[in-house]
Amino acid sequence: MPEGQFKDGIAGGRLPADQYAENFSDLHPPLDHHEALVESDRCYFCYDAPCMNACPTSIDIPLFIRQISTGNPIGSAKTIFDQNILGGMCARVCPTETLCEEVCVREVAEGKPVQIGRLQRYATDVAMAEHKQFYPRAESTGKSIAVVGAGPAGLAAAHRLARHGHEVTILEARPKAGGLNEYGIAAYKSIDNFAQAEVDYVTGIGGIDIQNGKALGRDYQLSDLIRNYDAVFLGMGLGGVNALRAEGEDADGVTNAVEFIAELRQASDLASLPVGRRVVVIGGGMTAIDAAVQSKLLGAEEVTICYRRGQEHMNASEFEQDLAAANGVTIRHWLQPKRVIVENGKVSGIELEYTAMNGDKLVGTGERLTLTADQVFKAIGQSFVLAALNGSGASIELEAGRIKVDAEGRTSLANVWAGGDCIFGGDDLTVSAVAQGRDAAESINRSLTQG
Amino acid sequence: MADIRNNFVGIKSPNPFWLASAPPTDKAYNVIRAFKAGWGGVVWKTLGEEGPPVVNVNGPRYGAIWGADRRLLGLNNIELITDRDLQVNLREIKQVKKDWPDRAIVVSLMVPCVEESWKAILPVVEETEADGIELNFGCPHGMSERGMGAAVGQVPEYIEMVVRWCKANTRMPVITKLTPNITDVRKPARAALAGGTDAVSLINTINSITGVDLDSFAPQPTIDGKGSHGGYCGPAVKPIAMNMVAEIARDPETHGLPISGIGGITTWRDAAEFMALGAGNVQVCTAAMTYGFKIVQEMIAGLENWMDEKGHASLDDIIGRATPNVTDWQYLNLNYVAKAHIDQDACIKCGRCHIACEDTSHQAITNMVDGVRHFEVIEAECVGCNLCVNVCPVENCITMEPLAAGVMDQRTGKPVSPVYANWTTHPNNPMAKVAAE
Repeated sequence: MPEGQFKDGIAGGRLPADQYAENFSDLHPPLDHHEALVESDRCYFCYDAPCMNACPTSIDIPLFIRQISTGNPIGSAKTIFDQNILGGMCARVCPTETLCEEVCVREVAEGKPVQIGRLQRYATDVAMAEHKQFYPRAESTGKSIAVVGAGPAGLAAAHRLARHGHEVTILEARPKAGGLNEYGIAAYKSIDNFAQAEVDYVTGIGGIDIQNGKALGRDYQLSDLIRNYDAVFLGMGLGGVNALRAEGEDADGVTNAVEFIAELRQASDLASLPVGRRVVVIGGGMTAIDAAVQSKLLGAEEVTICYRRGQEHMNASEFEQDLAAANGVTIRHWLQPKRVIVENGKVSGIELEYTAMNGDKLVGTGERLTLTADQVFKAIGQSFVLAALNGSGASIELEAGRIKVDAEGRTSLANVWAGGDCIFGGDDLTVSAVAQGRDAAESINRSLTQG
Repeated sequence: MADIRNNFVGIKSPNPFWLASAPPTDKAYNVIRAFKAGWGGVVWKTLGEEGPPVVNVNGPRYGAIWGADRRLLGLNNIELITDRDLQVNLREIKQVKKDWPDRAIVVSLMVPCVEESWKAILPVVEETEADGIELNFGCPHGMSERGMGAAVGQVPEYIEMVVRWCKANTRMPVITKLTPNITDVRKPARAALAGGTDAVSLINTINSITGVDLDSFAPQPTIDGKGSHGGYCGPAVKPIAMNMVAEIARDPETHGLPISGIGGITTWRDAAEFMALGAGNVQVCTAAMTYGFKIVQEMIAGLENWMDEKGHASLDDIIGRATPNVTDWQYLNLNYVAKAHIDQDACIKCGRCHIACEDTSHQAITNMVDGVRHFEVIEAECVGCNLCVNVCPVENCITMEPLAAGVMDQRTGKPVSPVYANWTTHPNNPMAKVAAE
């Protein structure tokens, strides 16, 4: 009976015990002082810098890099935090290769952008290591605001509201704050419990009370919040997972990728975490890559991502795709799941159908392919769970299944704002959620202080 | 193959690259290493008079400024003349010259400003069979406080007097090294010529403080909490040195006086520029102190390659070629019109040209055209100042294009005149020379 990597089924302990720490070490190790100076020297301090315009939170990137180069990392961190209080996590998880670094003029000139993400991490690490709090709270306004969800949007909103002197209560369904930063990102992107350190840093401003285990619709209703608080910010993210719509998807061995990722992030012992010998991941986004790469790092022998469209349609960035390839993950395109094959109540394979574009419509070609698998991850997107908002008085207006907001983050309900993945137009990026939370907080503040 | 052999006031060396009088030429060990690496000659670090040698500080002697990636741009030093025994230096000079007869060895000297002192040192140097002497009238720190170095170089009458003593008391060629810490370098050069010098060399280092320690509030380099101005050198001083070389080369009184060019020379190109402005050869220090002696190999190969490419057979074909083109501002052609042109294919859209022009100059470069990030010169505003060229990070992306005679200058609304006309005849000049009726 083969053991370790070649053991059939879903099992833990596939690798030598000491291998796990190495596999899940920092994806981008921090720049040391010298490296940061050398790299910061490369920035041209562009006018109306493309990088800054590409940043959803509009961080003044040339300025913060110049501050690093002049030996002022603390000032640099403040430049970052002025726009993005979760700048530390964004430095780690932002797909910089499709945002700031993609448009860096040195990418244009040399194909080698300034490593903006790593410089941002350098500066924010320095400030956070010193527990440097930059923002004194304004005099108390006496207003209290409820924030639903302690993810990036909620934390960014809470911090900005606290700065303005409001009292903030964050209601978080999960046992820990952080949202996807805590539960939804590959472990090698946020090592050393960084998500919790960042929550502590953000709440260090004071005036933010996080209550865990409080789920909207279960423990309280939106109408309660509207009644009891001066304003409400909804940042609960996406609670649902899209179905495969394939036969047999409820079988033992078919798992939601987000749950796998969350379990991995919370695991105290990675070696005990079970993973299949042959893993198939259905999807084409960051979650699919995170699940696939981590499966491989846990010791799966064979990991295949199957995506129903072409490489150019994948939501996962080129960097992420390369990361998967470098870790031995096979990415296959133009395949959609049709049937999960079950033997003795367990997954033994998956039958897929080849797809093609017929005009602008994706159709199955009829040709089938069967892949052997003892574990299948569903990573075809998450959905907004409306149920939590139901039965709470006036219903909130939706758009394409998510909360509809205006340019300032106002929902259709008076005194209710929303941001992050739960709103229509959210793009599943931490950095966008931060921008939306921050901007909604400014709108709330204007609304509360200007009548 | 270009011939880069050098004959400077009769001193022959296989190439025009000498090491300047400085730490790299303080003793035989270094000089031999330099010759092995290929240097054409050295000016041995300054000797003082017989007796107990000078002493140096035992803390930092150097300070620096840096550019991107900590590239050393400027160095300063507070080291004095040689702190080794005179006889040891003389013995080593003699031996090295004997072992390396094809290389130039010039001995730098600095003794008190009295004739007896010079009369005493000259014969003992002559005895080494060195090729010549260089009078150190340039050192701006330490020795100048004792009435030597720059203290002499700042008084043309002293220069003339000491040069005359030397010429009267030795057969060796005399090179007078000038300090840049003066207002008009032509005056000391004329004085040296009047004293009979065979050549001048310049520049020595510039009085400087390279930095201030913001914890101790002490100037750098810092010795036990205090600092003193040191001599500044390196790439940062090159433009200052080149101007001084050109001023002497084009001064009617000193025109033709051989010049050994010194000041920030780091590459073959720097050397060629100095020689084009009138230097008969060059001396190098900071570049060697930054990168080691091997850089001379790049200098030799680069100079030869460039001369071959351009068809220059020997150094005489390039020395002084740029001198006639150095003129006074008043003679510059005011009818010459150039406009900046941005090569859109080369442009990386950093926007530095725009913001430099917009904030600090003539508002002559767009940043947005039809809603798209686009940097383009607005000819009607462009005065041709060249700032955009200088701040652009991409070489040759922005170029200055002269307008041909007859072409409309969109800024003035007038066609470009084919006639040369300068300030001396310009109608706005109250001192304009009126053409004869």
